[in-house]
Amino acid sequence: MSPRSSVMDSTEPPAPVRNAKLNLAESGRWVWTQLTSMRTALILLLLLAIAAIPGSLLPQRAADPNGVTQYFSANPDLAPVLDKFQLFDVYTSAWFSAIYLLLFVSLIGCVIPRTKHHWDALRQQPPRTPSRLDRLPGFTEREFSGVAPEAALSAADRVLRAARYRVVRYERDGVLSVSAERGYLRETGNLIFHFALVGVLITVGLGGGFAYNGQRVIVEGQAFSNTLIAYDSFSPGRFFSDSALQPFNITLNSFTTRYEERNANAIGQPIDYTADVTTTLRGGDPTPAVIKVNQPLNIGGTSVYLLGNGYAPVITVRNAAGQVIFNDAVAFLPQDKNFTSVGIIKLPDGLPTQLGLVGFFYPTVSTGHSGASFSMYPDLLDPMVTLNVYQGDLGINEGLPKSVYALDTSGMTKLTGTKTDLPSLEMKPGETAALPNGMGSVTFDSVKKYVSLDVHHDPAQGWVLGFAIMAMLGLFTSLLIPRRRMWVSIQPVEKTKKLLVEYAALARGDDPTLEAAVGHIVDAHIRDLGLTRD
Amino acid sequence: MTDALSQYSVLSLYSAMAVYAIAFVLFTIDLATKASEGRVSAKFSRIAFALTWVAFALQLAATVMRGFAASRVPWANMYEFAMTGTLMITAVFLLTNLKWNLRFLGAFITGIVLILLGLAATRYYVEVVPLQPALQSYWLVIHVFVATLATGFFALGFSLSVLQLMQQRREVAVVNGTKTRLTSLGRLPDAVALENFAYRLIIIGFILWTFTLIAGAIWADKAWGRYWGWDTKEVWTFIIWVLYAGYIHARATRGWRGTRSAVLALIGFGAVMFNFTVVNIFFKGLHAYSGL
Repeated sequence: MSPRSSVMDSTEPPAPVRNAKLNLAESGRWVWTQLTSMRTALILLLLLAIAAIPGSLLPQRAADPNGVTQYFSANPDLAPVLDKFQLFDVYTSAWFSAIYLLLFVSLIGCVIPRTKHHWDALRQQPPRTPSRLDRLPGFTEREFSGVAPEAALSAADRVLRAARYRVVRYERDGVLSVSAERGYLRETGNLIFHFALVGVLITVGLGGGFAYNGQRVIVEGQAFSNTLIAYDSFSPGRFFSDSALQPFNITLNSFTTRYEERNANAIGQPIDYTADVTTTLRGGDPTPAVIKVNQPLNIGGTSVYLLGNGYAPVITVRNAAGQVIFNDAVAFLPQDKNFTSVGIIKLPDGLPTQLGLVGFFYPTVSTGHSGASFSMYPDLLDPMVTLNVYQGDLGINEGLPKSVYALDTSGMTKLTGTKTDLPSLEMKPGETAALPNGMGSVTFDSVKKYVSLDVHHDPAQGWVLGFAIMAMLGLFTSLLIPRRRMWVSIQPVEKTKKLLVEYAALARGDDPTLEAAVGHIVDAHIRDLGLTRD
Repeated sequence: MTDALSQYSVLSLYSAMAVYAIAFVLFTIDLATKASEGRVSAKFSRIAFALTWVAFALQLAATVMRGFAASRVPWANMYEFAMTGTLMITAVFLLTNLKWNLRFLGAFITGIVLILLGLAATRYYVEVVPLQPALQSYWLVIHVFVATLATGFFALGFSLSVLQLMQQRREVAVVNGTKTRLTSLGRLPDAVALENFAYRLIIIGFILWTFTLIAGAIWADKAWGRYWGWDTKEVWTFIIWVLYAGYIHARATRGWRGTRSAVLALIGFGAVMFNFTVVNIFFKGLHAYSGL
């Protein structure tokens, strides 16, 4: 990427010799020259490749936060040391950023002078024809008789222009010649590729600042409106403001799953997930829509993805007097591919004491040799809920927000299930079980499905794609279009009264078809002059 | 019907492997034969090349039957990646030979293909199963196919770079008048020509890999809600891209042409193979489609 090399594959000129005494400006220039040299760019590229490796070996906070937590508990001594070196945040770490920022500075420092150089070259005529062509690649000699020098010259001019060369005529010591050059697009593409990479870097960086993404669980029949408070979890970019949230509603009408039933090697494998929803933009009419994996919903410049799904048993709890104190569809979190799921119900009011219910849901229940239940199929063939009852302080009176998916049972007393006198409450749909000590009853009414939606908005995403495509096209032209110069020189030979025509070419960069190209021009020239091949 | 087809597919693949094995032996004998015995050797090379076409046809049949048995493209798990990937390696080798005579690479190509197919057939084999929802996308057709095609070009570039390094050693030995055991390479193009061939194939692989990366990002955005998340497979795709970008720049850097750039080509292909095997099977990530 030296500023002085005009094409990607040309060899670098010798680096300037370092003077013993350097003043500040000179040392600055020396550092700049070093930084923008091809060698530095190459070393930074290799460093970048190496620096990316640890992020694939260690769990990363951005992609796998649970993995990081597990790593910390499995390696309590090593993990903090690794963390000090930002090895759980490799791709945002100081050292990784330093490498790619230096690489991009090097790239810009190299590409800008090259752009100026190329801009000048685009407006210049091809250079003078060398006085001796016979040492150049593809050198070919032909002798023509009965052709005027000017006619041969015009024909060469025509033929080269037809082959999309830029052509200029020269004359020296009675030798007429055309000098031609083509493939300027090679360097143009190369520069576009490098600028497009800078574009990708900037739009990824800026876009991330204005982006947001949030997750929300919706049970069948429920609706969600795109406001900050509606999200279960939300991560905004640095420059996010509430106004970026497009006002829309999504209602989940139904969620359909299909599982493989015939192929013996894949029984129970998911085949299809389809969420039927109704969307409403503020001021608009309700519109039916479908969200599937690989088929997100686009609404108001925002994308809505189907990330996960599960079962939400509808549970009703009554107190001893038969009054309903809880009635809701409770989203249970799946633990395995057959949807053995875990869920929590918190009952803070309406009973003599606070109760917490910790339960399992099995869409198709089965019992193993040890007596433990599990689900043997993901679809609802024989659903069952089991609940263990905990009594005591739910820890929600302090007003601190608590996860609805977790219950701290350390300060509570277990009333049913293992290590207690009473069995767990077990219910099939429609069944009711009694709470211990005559506190009331629990009814498992029915099962609904829920989906977990990921809502994502990134205003710069289209720009990133645009620059990526530009980089791709630039790469294509810069690697595959040959840049070459071609010369045809014409001189009358006094002795034979014939015309001696010489052809030769020079590649700028890798050019596997250079000699063949000379051959084509020779043939075309002869054809154009109405001569036969000799 | 499906069962019968997938069994014929396996049978056809094993036949292809047998033919590849014979071609490999003949190619290797040819490569190790000294220039003076050139006539017999050239015959071996011709037969081996013809056998490679036969093996290719058998493998193509195996792959197509697998696709029909599954009613989808035959590249949705580790076994099928290996089958289609090696088919692409052979295809690129055979088609490149229509343009340039690179038959001398036959020993490398059939060797790589045999090792990968052997691994696939013994360790990665899985029965035909339907596509999970995350893979139900036309990007599966485009993204994975272009990635395997790129692998084909990288494999050829790798083989040429290995030969380039060996040829380089022989040339140095000849200049210094020292003895070398690589005399059989005297019939092959010189190190510079091998390097140029390698470069031309690798830049095509690099363009295809760039496309794979962009197409993968577009698909990731559709399926996972983000175009780039440093998933392990994304990391390794990026590493491979950067390594080959380094290779291309090395060709334009003083002191890096020749041996050093060839070593980079070897490291690049090493990363491609690592990404295909170790990352697919042992690394945790979203691209958990090996089916194992």
